Amino acid sequence: MVKIVEVDNLRKEFGAVLAVKDISLEVEQGEIFGFLGPNGAGKSTTIKMLSTLLKPTSGTARLAGYNIAGQPNEVRRSIGLVFQDPSLDESLTARENLVFHAMLYGVPPKEREERMAEVLKMVDLSDRQTDVVKTYSGGMKRRLEIARGLLHYPRVLFLDEPTVGLDPQTRNHIWGYIHQLREREKITIFMTTHYMDEAENCDRIAIIDHGQIVALDTPDGLKRLVGGEVISLKTADDAEAAAAIAEKFGVQVNRDDEGLHFEIENGEEFIPKLFAELRTRIRSVSLRRPTLDDVFLKLTGHAIREEQVSGKDRMRAHVRMRRAGH
Amino acid sequence: METGGYKGYSEAKGTNRLLNNAKAVYVIWLRELIRFLREKARIVTSLIQPAVWLFIMGKGLGSSFAGPQGVDYVKFMFPGVVGMTVLFASLFSSISIVWDREFGFLKEILVAPVSRTAIVIGKALSGSTTAMLQGALVLLFAPLIGMRLSLPMVLEALGLMFLISFALASTGILIAARMESMQSFQLLMNFFVMPMFFLSGAMFPLRGLPAWMGVIARINPLAYGIDAMKSVIIGLHEFALGTDLAVIIVMAAAMITGAVALFNREG
Repeated sequence: MVKIVEVDNLRKEFGAVLAVKDISLEVEQGEIFGFLGPNGAGKSTTIKMLSTLLKPTSGTARLAGYNIAGQPNEVRRSIGLVFQDPSLDESLTARENLVFHAMLYGVPPKEREERMAEVLKMVDLSDRQTDVVKTYSGGMKRRLEIARGLLHYPRVLFLDEPTVGLDPQTRNHIWGYIHQLREREKITIFMTTHYMDEAENCDRIAIIDHGQIVALDTPDGLKRLVGGEVISLKTADDAEAAAAIAEKFGVQVNRDDEGLHFEIENGEEFIPKLFAELRTRIRSVSLRRPTLDDVFLKLTGHAIREEQVSGKDRMRAHVRMRRAGH
Repeated sequence: METGGYKGYSEAKGTNRLLNNAKAVYVIWLRELIRFLREKARIVTSLIQPAVWLFIMGKGLGSSFAGPQGVDYVKFMFPGVVGMTVLFASLFSSISIVWDREFGFLKEILVAPVSRTAIVIGKALSGSTTAMLQGALVLLFAPLIGMRLSLPMVLEALGLMFLISFALASTGILIAARMESMQSFQLLMNFFVMPMFFLSGAMFPLRGLPAWMGVIARINPLAYGIDAMKSVIIGLHEFALGTDLAVIIVMAAAMITGAVALFNREG
């Protein structure tokens, strides 16, 4: 596999504040790679360094083989960026935004038209392309930004909190587009999020907290760190079943109005055993995998928290709300 | 190497790179121009302030005071009001960088494979173009105060407005490069821009002022800009037109150089 992103001991200090603490990682071509962590963990700072917007204090990184310090223009051409904050010109039409992007990235005019039609179709905005962006909904703007980020055939698409401020339905749509995109363009996607459920869409996730990577694995691999699954059970006679399970399998069973619950390693393999050994009739059984929330809590000792907001964050929240059209 | 849809526009070297940067300047300039022309409401409101100055302040003061050398006061202040429009328009256009860098289109430009120099020049050119256009609109008030402007006069004024705007827009960019929030802009307006404007000779002649004011006026670059506007429009001046132009050009060159240097150092 081709390593498309190689990060080696990247560090960023802002005065006395250590925002990113010597992180190293590799992303393979075609992966959806996620950066998961709370606000202020250093996700956006890392993306800014990788996209040459910010100079690292120390360490290096290569994107598509280009060094972020020595070859910033080559790096910039190889990546597409969708920012956390909107960066469309809302007084312009979608087309104008795209044409300007193509000009900035040196996409030849002939190819430009073809590619614009292609990316607009991909995000379902073809019929709205001559409308001024101001009239778009929050979800449409984000889709247009994704389309714009793809216009110059980047090899890595950075999505910084691509669905923040969008409603759940729109978020699902955006994810639909991202998956479709990967199929079609064989592009690598490097994204950040602080939504646990979204991180599930990634092939691999780096969990970042206080500027450090605390774990890096597939979502399933990360969840295995927690160990075991939660099984919930309803039977014809819960009391009898509880006693039997405790005796036969040596696990502690909790009983409540919903039925019986217990944690067990390899839950999937356990369920057939349960059916074979339990005499009491089973009405229903469910298995809940540990969520990434459980993983984050276990690894960091705290839940993903909302940071205290600075003036700039407030301004940011305001802009987001305004742009989302609430 | 099979790399999916990647076509790679990464061969830009030498003249190609220069061409790309020229294109970037054009994109930035064109974008601002489209915005300007599209926001009709902003154009109209930008005319309110000069109208208030001319028709209320100008006429009001003019009914009690005469301008120097027997010129009607309102006519005397007309070039100053044009200058004021250009001043605010060009400064505001470049100060918008502060906002735009964090929450707007400028961010898109900052990550594009174009040089910081191209961005600063594009921004300065677009700021001066839109400021010149706003100044040009104020020239339309001339007949209303009984002034006749000849075509050469208008052309000279336009050229001059562009030059002054370029110097001011570059100054604005230089300031914006290090400015964190829009609040600082308000502070700057009150403590720096307004005094600079009042001591530019726009509202009263610089002759016969208290000594300290005279000194400040002489080191105020805006005074030379206003003086040049006056030479062109009403034929009154304090300094030679050549001196005025030299000061403005030197200021423009110094400010744009500084802005480019500061933007290149960012990040």
